[in-house]
Amino acid sequence: MNLIDKINPIVKNIPPSGIRKFFDIVTEMKDAISLGVGEPDFVTPWRVRESGIYSLEKGHTHYTSNWGLAELREEISTYVLNKYNIQYDPKDEIIVTVGGSEGIDIALRTLVGNGDEVLVQQPCFVSYKPCVEFCGATPIIIETKEDNQFKLTAEEIEEKITPRTKVLIMSFPNNPTGAVMTKDELEPIAEVIKKHDLLVISDEIYSELTYGFRHTSIASLPDMRDRTIVINGFSKAFAMTGWRMGYTCAHRDITGAMFKVHQYAIMCSPTTSQYAAIEALKNCDDEVEMMNREYDRRRRLIINGLRKAGLKCFEPQGAFYAFPSIKETGLNSNDFCEKLLMEEKLAVVPGNAFGDCGEGFVRMSYAYSADTINSALERINRFMSRL
Amino acid sequence: MKDILEILERDSRTTHDEIAAMTGRNVEEVKSEIKKLEDENIIAGYTTVINWDKTEKETVNALIEVKVTPTRGLGFDKVASKIYNFPEVKALYLMSGSYDFTVLIEGKTLKEVAQFVAEKLAPLDSVMSTATHFVLKRYKDDGVILYEKQVDDREVISL
Repeated sequence: MNLIDKINPIVKNIPPSGIRKFFDIVTEMKDAISLGVGEPDFVTPWRVRESGIYSLEKGHTHYTSNWGLAELREEISTYVLNKYNIQYDPKDEIIVTVGGSEGIDIALRTLVGNGDEVLVQQPCFVSYKPCVEFCGATPIIIETKEDNQFKLTAEEIEEKITPRTKVLIMSFPNNPTGAVMTKDELEPIAEVIKKHDLLVISDEIYSELTYGFRHTSIASLPDMRDRTIVINGFSKAFAMTGWRMGYTCAHRDITGAMFKVHQYAIMCSPTTSQYAAIEALKNCDDEVEMMNREYDRRRRLIINGLRKAGLKCFEPQGAFYAFPSIKETGLNSNDFCEKLLMEEKLAVVPGNAFGDCGEGFVRMSYAYSADTINSALERINRFMSRL
Repeated sequence: MKDILEILERDSRTTHDEIAAMTGRNVEEVKSEIKKLEDENIIAGYTTVINWDKTEKETVNALIEVKVTPTRGLGFDKVASKIYNFPEVKALYLMSGSYDFTVLIEGKTLKEVAQFVAEKLAPLDSVMSTATHFVLKRYKDDGVILYEKQVDDREVISL
């Protein structure tokens, strides 16, 4: 029996995420340092963990409403209003999801299908393109450029629009580049979206991790609220990746449709995590602020070190990644990463894992202690001086 | 200034170069800023958090509640200086509530601490009474948990 032939060709033809090889080598390697991780090194604040534990002690071990706990949705609504100045009805415009990832999936499955085109900004988080393809839709890539600080421009979007275009997926602050977009820069994007009657899926999972700059959601621009599905969550801001807690905010007509996908696929997000998330929103401003300041210091430390080592490095203003160019070394991203790993036991992620236009770059996370970053910088420095 | 202090409070080994990079200043600026903070006694010292319990060294720690009579015109400060100048005193705080001073003492043996209280502290003119509590185990000191080390259990690479 040939099982492979039984697999849905769409799924069969999508390659697995391209970093497995590095992963296996690093896991085996003694004394290796990795800057390859895409999640906070901080442990979830104790008060949040304690709330999760307490919910278990109280016996909250059942399903919640498919939407998520009412109290949590109310807290999310207040938080989003206070932080980003957008109003969503907690009753039917917010869904508590299993991480931001589920939000991306249900938004796409709700909006697009066969024949539709979805504009995808790259370099970007690895799941957008496959998720579009799982829906039978066609991803149309918009390559953001280092010369333009990896920002999206209205012109680049407009060039790619066809009668089939339905949605733009964008993410700022961006993984892997650390790029952000200001309100002024988002405005022309919003105009193009409105002009061509498109929708936006805006993945804002890193919205709290900006440095010297406050995040603006594209949904907060005039007439954009109803055209935008905001994806956000607790993973990055509250260091809660393992809890798998995200949420979507969108107009009730779209939310109602997404709710069906969520309801039938997921039922509801983990109950323990939902109770913990309430505490995170209510009482963790200080912890979030502390982590933010710490990331900012590490950001400066790593950028400074990379530049000293001779790597051209654009200044990221959000998330927790540096995305230096390695073009001047003459190596491609994969070779650079492999050589760096073999010779200096330092793992970083090749930029092309985040889209073809990430070729010539590597992603280095600074969600690590200053000690680890310093040791990594020493290794890079040695490596670069030999090239 | 606050950011330099925060960085050093977290890890006093952070070098001038690192602090300069982290705060976006130049090294000379950082050096002179730190010098100033030291001169003003805002940075009052640099220490290491040590879990002595895990070493061979035998130490005894005690917390002593002290009630005193304040000195006319000088309040508690004069008594305080008489207490904090003893090298055995690791920390001294003036408290609100039912007693006046908390004195943290470190000695080699129980006898040594007892002797200190009986012979040095209690006989001070202003001291009215003392109550000594011996420390049985230190779980956390100066914000550092002494018995569990957080390990990085993240996957080595994730996207």
